[in-house]
Amino acid sequence: MSHHIVEVKGLRHVYPDGTTALNEVSFRITHGESVAIIGANGAGKSTLLLHLNGYLWPSAGEIRIGDFALSKGTLPEVRRTVGMVFQDPDDQLFMPTVFDDVAFGPMNLGLSGAELESCVAAALERVGAGHLAKKAPYHLSGGEKRRVAIATVLSMSPDILVLDEPTNGLDPYARRQLIGLLRDFRHTKIFTSHDLDMVLELCERTIVLEGGKVRADGATLDIFRDEALLAECRLEKPLSMQGCPVCGRGTGSAYPR
Amino acid sequence: MVSIDGALLDFKQLERLAAGDSVLHRLDPRAKVLATLAFIVSVVSYGRYELSALIPFFIFPAVLIGAADLPAGYLLKKIALVCPFALLVGIGNPVFDRAVLMQLGPLEISGGWISLASIVVRAALTVSAALILVALTGFPAICRALERLGMPAPFAVQLLFLYRYIFVLTEEGTRASSARELRSCGKKGRGMASYASLLGHLLLRTWQRAERIHMAMLARGFSGVFHSRTKWHFGPAELFYLVGWSALFLALRLCNGSELVGALVTGVFR
Repeated sequence: MSHHIVEVKGLRHVYPDGTTALNEVSFRITHGESVAIIGANGAGKSTLLLHLNGYLWPSAGEIRIGDFALSKGTLPEVRRTVGMVFQDPDDQLFMPTVFDDVAFGPMNLGLSGAELESCVAAALERVGAGHLAKKAPYHLSGGEKRRVAIATVLSMSPDILVLDEPTNGLDPYARRQLIGLLRDFRHTKIFTSHDLDMVLELCERTIVLEGGKVRADGATLDIFRDEALLAECRLEKPLSMQGCPVCGRGTGSAYPR
Repeated sequence: MVSIDGALLDFKQLERLAAGDSVLHRLDPRAKVLATLAFIVSVVSYGRYELSALIPFFIFPAVLIGAADLPAGYLLKKIALVCPFALLVGIGNPVFDRAVLMQLGPLEISGGWISLASIVVRAALTVSAALILVALTGFPAICRALERLGMPAPFAVQLLFLYRYIFVLTEEGTRASSARELRSCGKKGRGMASYASLLGHLLLRTWQRAERIHMAMLARGFSGVFHSRTKWHFGPAELFYLVGWSALFLALRLCNGSELVGALVTGVFR
């Protein structure tokens, strides 16, 4: 498929208890873009992500993934197209071994035998976890779990990757490793994160949610330079754009790319 | 002190053993499950006062431990952990059942003591067989084998999930419990009441996690069927393993091996 497009129009979601989590959310993400969705706790980020692969249904509005409008009929195709990596890898890794887990998706797609083996091996190799294939998920470290969770999605060859807080709880080295890995992916990527430094490194575009609405949508650097906007949305400049804590110099400087 | 955490860690050790590569490890899981089942049924089928006839059954765990090179000391420790429970089950027997069944010189042994010993021996036998089965096969493969042998698929999936998440749940439980302990400053805290709400929270959290796992499964195309990539092969080796052991158990069940050996030995020295 050539159109790895995510289009959300007038999306509104009301939870059964009456809380309006999303209201009039619209955006269009095109092929190969890397976009961050940021916002304070409770701004509606997770609710939005859960709409992208049809786990939650809009109360109003429309979602298009690639060539399909999201509906019951297109759900299987949409779920293959959108690879969703959940925040807690323990939720994502539910099979007895890493290999079984990475094979879970492709097997549901009907792969078997040598084709399955090579698909799983390739996905694990891609995240540098080939040596973990036979291990049980509970024997993995946090960083390994995260990388394997990404492999479980890659093995289904998705066009669009959706990652919920990918660097959450990782040590600096594992975080750096993961950022390097994600940078190399050519998929359309959608992140939610509070790790704004990661956003700065990986995403050229940022969408800011506030109280269930799109507050801003634009180039990441422009948004991070707008201190008034950030403050209103309970956000803060990424650390790398803040001044030196020792000499105070460089306040407001652009991130060196 | 044995903590739940420590015991679980040991469980992982058992799983590591299952990754071994001996002839016994490579056998089709179904053969191993069925042989173990035959063993357990034979051991359990004896009358309550039977003791001597049970002893020859130790050959099963002994041979498997030897042939698969399993760490005997580690397994013995695990078995010893279960023995107190067996003792608890039978501890009343010597009190209530005082009929003398055996005379060792001046020492009179009542039926109660014999049935107590019988319970402990049976527990040791069955538990060792089950532990060895897990150490040779791995829990997931056992579930698959049971499913293949006719257990309804939902049960098999339940067991698999139980096994995967028991570690996560215990970790959550341990964290909650130590948080409670730390804030009760060595006293009783609010006693049972705080435990009740702690358990309630654990249940709710488990529920939420189950929902998230289901989400993750749906996201990867789950449609209600668990596909397995296990290759099943029930060949001559499996047949030999299953029939051989079953025949031995049957023979031991039909004639008392200990008595035979005893008769042989006393016959020789007569």
